[in-house]
Amino acid sequence: MAQLKLSRRALLKTAVIGGSGLVLSGCDAFDGLSSGGSVRDILASANNLTYRVQRLLAGRNALAEEFTEADIRQPQRPNGSTAPDDDAYKSLLSKDFADWRLEIGGLVEKPLSLSLAQLQAMPSRTQITRHDCVEGWSCIAKWTGVPLALILDEARPKLQARYVVFHCMDTIDRDLSGDIKYYGSIDLIDARHPQTILAYGLNGEALPVENGAPLRVRVERQLGYKMPKYIGRIDLVDSFAAIGQGYGGYWEDNGYDWFGGI
Amino acid sequence: MSGMLLEDGSSLPEIDPQAGNKPLVYRQFLWTRVTHWIWAVALFFLLLSGLQIFNAHPTLYIGNQSGFGYDNEVLALRAENTPQGPVGYTRILGLRLDTTGVLGLSWRGERPVRRGFPGWATIPSGQDLATGRVVHFFFAWVLVITLLGWFVGSLINGHLRRDIAPRTADLRNLRQDIVNHAKLKFHHTRDYNTLQKLAYGAVLFVILPLIILTGLAMSPTINAVIPFLADILGGRQTARTIHFAMMALLVGFFIVHILMIVAAGPLNELRSIITGWYRVDPPTRKV
Repeated sequence: MAQLKLSRRALLKTAVIGGSGLVLSGCDAFDGLSSGGSVRDILASANNLTYRVQRLLAGRNALAEEFTEADIRQPQRPNGSTAPDDDAYKSLLSKDFADWRLEIGGLVEKPLSLSLAQLQAMPSRTQITRHDCVEGWSCIAKWTGVPLALILDEARPKLQARYVVFHCMDTIDRDLSGDIKYYGSIDLIDARHPQTILAYGLNGEALPVENGAPLRVRVERQLGYKMPKYIGRIDLVDSFAAIGQGYGGYWEDNGYDWFGGI
Repeated sequence: MSGMLLEDGSSLPEIDPQAGNKPLVYRQFLWTRVTHWIWAVALFFLLLSGLQIFNAHPTLYIGNQSGFGYDNEVLALRAENTPQGPVGYTRILGLRLDTTGVLGLSWRGERPVRRGFPGWATIPSGQDLATGRVVHFFFAWVLVITLLGWFVGSLINGHLRRDIAPRTADLRNLRQDIVNHAKLKFHHTRDYNTLQKLAYGAVLFVILPLIILTGLAMSPTINAVIPFLADILGGRQTARTIHFAMMALLVGFFIVHILMIVAAGPLNELRSIITGWYRVDPPTRKV
């Protein structure tokens, strides 16, 4: 019996020591990782592995799961900017985007400037898909828009073009150099994916302001932060070194991975 | 062991009158020991970075999507202001528990912050989803590769067949083994006891594979490659809930694992998982 008591005491003691060890360990010992550095770079290199493996598995054409009307159970949850306060945007909105144009430029043979009516006159695709936010939530909605591939076919990207960069009309952040408008990029594989559309319709209605009116991109095999809203200009580029801080997007410049496949 | 001197100058084995009868046996293969410690490190980082990721949206649901316009919530960590001040609470299957200070609302210095899990339980300690994801996916690869390597290695070296797979005798002995554990009465033998085999088997063949599959089911690209994965798991949000539940089971396993090691003799247990050598009970006497 004496031995049993001793074991119980030892048990308790260890539980306390173990518990406090766990508390200490969490604390802020690893907070340095937030500000970059070589350890973070090594850890982040696993994202390249994820990107390569997922690209290998998904290929160019594997389709994101599509759902039925019955799966649309709620309005699409908006995130990020939901009511841009930019004067230029508000003035376009006041005229129902009649004066808005989508500019397509950069490394293309034929730069384009398209009105909303022109986009809506092009062949469209409607898909009911699940929007997965990087925060962890999901929401199913029906999106209607022009396949980006059709617009690329018309603009004819030059051979050296590798990425499609979306420049948006909403101010997402401010720093010392002024307002930062949202921007993001995808590569040509995702840009030409059959489900990648420039959406102007949501659940059978015109795209609402909080979801990105007049036009937002849908990249269904990636997370929500890869699908910019309030698009004004699309540039084809061979590198995003000159854009923002050079990581290819607003959230990418803030530590998120460029590939949002997981 | 000869270097391990106690305060009175005697060495450890001598204080145990039976030490002479207790032979050291080689219990743990090098591969078992290496993978064990890689998992220990990887799971530590996966847990704390995972709680960081969870904190970005500290609510769990059942189904394919998150109910904003309807209720399919099973767990939520929330905070709210009351006349008595801010409180944190946990809502689990409709039941509300006050968890102020730990879940839903915790303190950062003097300041109350609205947070799922508190700063001491996350990497980094402040809200930083981007860094949490970097840490989580690095160690997720470490876990997956180590688990595959362990499985192949343990098939080859016989660890699986000889040590993990329960035998009929083990199952027949289950009741007695539960009684032994409840009384903290342990037999030190080369072989794992029944509950050990079942616990290790459950972790290695059920919990870890399920936590990996539910993790993959949350990836939109993997969803395009194998759409049925999220479907058979009950939808992406159910997969996220299962992922969380498996985490809780692993934490539970860890706590019991540590307590059992302490109860069974921590030095001997630690020696076997570090050096491979384990001191077993003297040859059994018929009672």
